[in-house]
Amino acid sequence: MPKVTIDDITIDVPAGTTILEAARMIGENVPPAMCYYSKLKGSGGKCRVCLVKVTKGSEKDPRPMPKLVASCRTAVMDGMEVKNVTSPEVIEARKGVVEFLLVNHPLDCPVCDQAGECHLQDLSYEHGAAKSRYEFKRRTFETRDIGDKIKLHMNRCILCYRCTQVADQLTDQRVHGVLGRGEVSEISTYIETAIDNEFSGNMIDVCPVGALTDKTFRFKSRVWFTKPVYAHRNCTKCTGKVTLWYQGEEVLRVTSRKDQWGESEAFICNECRYDKKATSDWKIEGPAHVDRHSVISQNHYELPFELPVTQKKLQ
Amino acid sequence: MGRKLLLEHLNKANINTMEGYLQNGGYRSVEKALKKMTPDEVTEEVKKSGLRGRGGAGFATGMKWSFLDRNSGKPRYLLCNADESEPGTFKDRLLMEKIPHLLIEGMIVSSYALGCRTSYIYIRGEYMFILRILEKAIAEAYAKGYLGENILGSGYSLDLHVHPGAGAYICGEETALIESLEGKRGNPRIKPPFPAIAGLWGCPTIVNNVESIAAVVPIINDGGDEYAKIGIGKSTGTKLISASGNINKPGVYEIEMGISVEEFIYSDEYCGGIKNNLELKACVPGGSSVPILPNHLLLKMSDGNPRLMTYESLSEGGFATGSMLGSGGFIVYDEKACIVRNTWNFARFYHHESCGQCSPCREGTGWMERVLHNIEYGHGKMEDIDLLWDIQRKIEGNTICPLGDAAAWPVAAAIRHFRHEFEYHVKYPNRVFDEDHVYQPEMKMQKV
Ligand SMILES: Cc1cc2nc3c(=O)[nH]c(=O)nc-3n(C[C@H](O)[C@H](O)[C@H](O)COP(=O)(O)O)c2cc1C
Ligand code: SF4
Repeated sequence: MPKVTIDDITIDVPAGTTILEAARMIGENVPPAMCYYSKLKGSGGKCRVCLVKVTKGSEKDPRPMPKLVASCRTAVMDGMEVKNVTSPEVIEARKGVVEFLLVNHPLDCPVCDQAGECHLQDLSYEHGAAKSRYEFKRRTFETRDIGDKIKLHMNRCILCYRCTQVADQLTDQRVHGVLGRGEVSEISTYIETAIDNEFSGNMIDVCPVGALTDKTFRFKSRVWFTKPVYAHRNCTKCTGKVTLWYQGEEVLRVTSRKDQWGESEAFICNECRYDKKATSDWKIEGPAHVDRHSVISQNHYELPFELPVTQKKLQ
Repeated sequence: MGRKLLLEHLNKANINTMEGYLQNGGYRSVEKALKKMTPDEVTEEVKKSGLRGRGGAGFATGMKWSFLDRNSGKPRYLLCNADESEPGTFKDRLLMEKIPHLLIEGMIVSSYALGCRTSYIYIRGEYMFILRILEKAIAEAYAKGYLGENILGSGYSLDLHVHPGAGAYICGEETALIESLEGKRGNPRIKPPFPAIAGLWGCPTIVNNVESIAAVVPIINDGGDEYAKIGIGKSTGTKLISASGNINKPGVYEIEMGISVEEFIYSDEYCGGIKNNLELKACVPGGSSVPILPNHLLLKMSDGNPRLMTYESLSEGGFATGSMLGSGGFIVYDEKACIVRNTWNFARFYHHESCGQCSPCREGTGWMERVLHNIEYGHGKMEDIDLLWDIQRKIEGNTICPLGDAAAWPVAAAIRHFRHEFEYHVKYPNRVFDEDHVYQPEMKMQKV
């Protein structure tokens, strides 16, 4: 098993593990990730917020890597040494990336439906500068319906490509992708409202920002006024394990369950997501774990659970 | 007169046809390689020649070939990168347009060396007319038995296809080229794996520039050692330079590696000096991506010796005082040229061409362009210059593919060497240009 040292903590990981996954196993100082999604093949490498410095390539070839590398797409080598938060260069570059991500992202969190569960909001809170140096008009697009249940607000998109990977990997009818190039490239379908398949709703769950939102939930409530509850049902299409978001007695929306990295534990089908909004449809398990520290976790529903770590701290 | 290996027969009659090409000694290398040499011997000659990739990075071609995974059991592919879109570079165009058979001959020999059954020429969409020229030449080669089954009875078979791009600079980046050839959106891949291990359709693949492949022909004809005799140090052979800008004789020149930059600019054999008897101000020696150099750094190296047209000499001093040979897009600026405008123009290009995959390049290129536009059009602030510096620094090295670096370097170099011009633009927003949009002579440049 290759041994990798990240920020002076050493851990043994299975061969082929990426630096980011190794850091997640350690559980401390994990590089942020906006485009990487462990459940989606080929994701990652694009947003560049997970850049880290490899100060020693491996036991065999100890040369440092000349550039910062995307930790989500770089496999660890035996003896590799990595610096994340202990490298000023990494912190500086990450700050730069956050600034770039915000260049064209509207700063209107108060009216955005994703606020409170937006990864970009959390990321800029932790790594960004208080003030933007960008003084130009941001790119703008019309909001669009890209399926009967999904609203696309392209202005907010950071082009992580996750939703296109969902479309590719969970369904066999891929009808959307990225059009155009550069700054003005956009997530799109050739034909409006073309997205119609049983797992399309997962595009909303994997979207790190407020670009894809649930039309049945939009603007009904701020997420932090709703109460997440784990529930399940027998479903023939998916695991049926979901989070119900209550306001009072009413289920406002259904989503997949998120792990501590903000990723869906299991993708859910549209029937569970859209058609089962009565408490009687579900077996309630109890309050949901909310582990990510974001605006929403200030309600402290429950203590974060212990991480399953196999780490070995070196003195 | 320097020796010409690629453009020797440029002006011969009918050189674009099979007949004319054969009359001038064409396809000798195919006969030689396929009948008398093993694939490894061909690769060995290329290694001996010291040929370095002519597409921009200057990576040793023989070395690249030796990285090709030959034991995967999968088909192997050779892709010719004819996407030539770097501003200031137009050498491949001349080669393919005038002597299409040279490229085809190079493709056959190279594919033989690499053990490819099928090879592709990926050509930029704007060169549609050249695609037709190449297709005609390929048809002639099939007819003569240089392509297809059992070439010249050697037992080696090769099919060659030309594939057009759709007008994206980024599809010149080798992995984006592969994606595009596979019929996908031309986004560069994240490396590793490198194409030599997993490239086209996941198979081992080599991507080489048009000129690199064409150079294989004289290397096989005359031997690698003979080729390596031309040039200095690790820059061997001849190089096509696309010369443009404020010079008397813009055009494509084949130079022997190692002539001095001064000779190239001023001699009548090449650029013929600066137009209208003006002074040389600056030069971008290797295509828009490489750093611009002011005249005093361009002509002399830090040790006072003349700077030469070689990979090493042009990059001497690193980016502080040097540049790169790049793809050989040699753009010359006279004393009236506005560096700020030029930098803005380049930034505009990269903004337009970024594929948009990674955030520093997608957002940073647009940002730089807008700031430069402000400065250029008299709305700039002094802080903008430092802001530009900071933006380029945060793009460089932090992106998936080198387009990010290519966007950052020109801006960095312009600020490094011509900061005073940026400041001048900010200080005198209304005084920068006369009506022809040329720089006011109040600004004196440094003399050599
Ligand atoms: C943004 C970008 C654009 C490129 N465009 C071209 C091109 O138009 N033609 C080319 O030959 N190489 C181009 N390259 C270089 C190729 O990636 C690759 O290095 C080259 O084709 C290798 O061939 P060589 O070893 O023969 O130089 C480009 C690279 C980048 C990063
Ligand atoms: S550096 Fe630019 S062109 Fe290259 S992959 Fe990133 S966004 Fe695309």
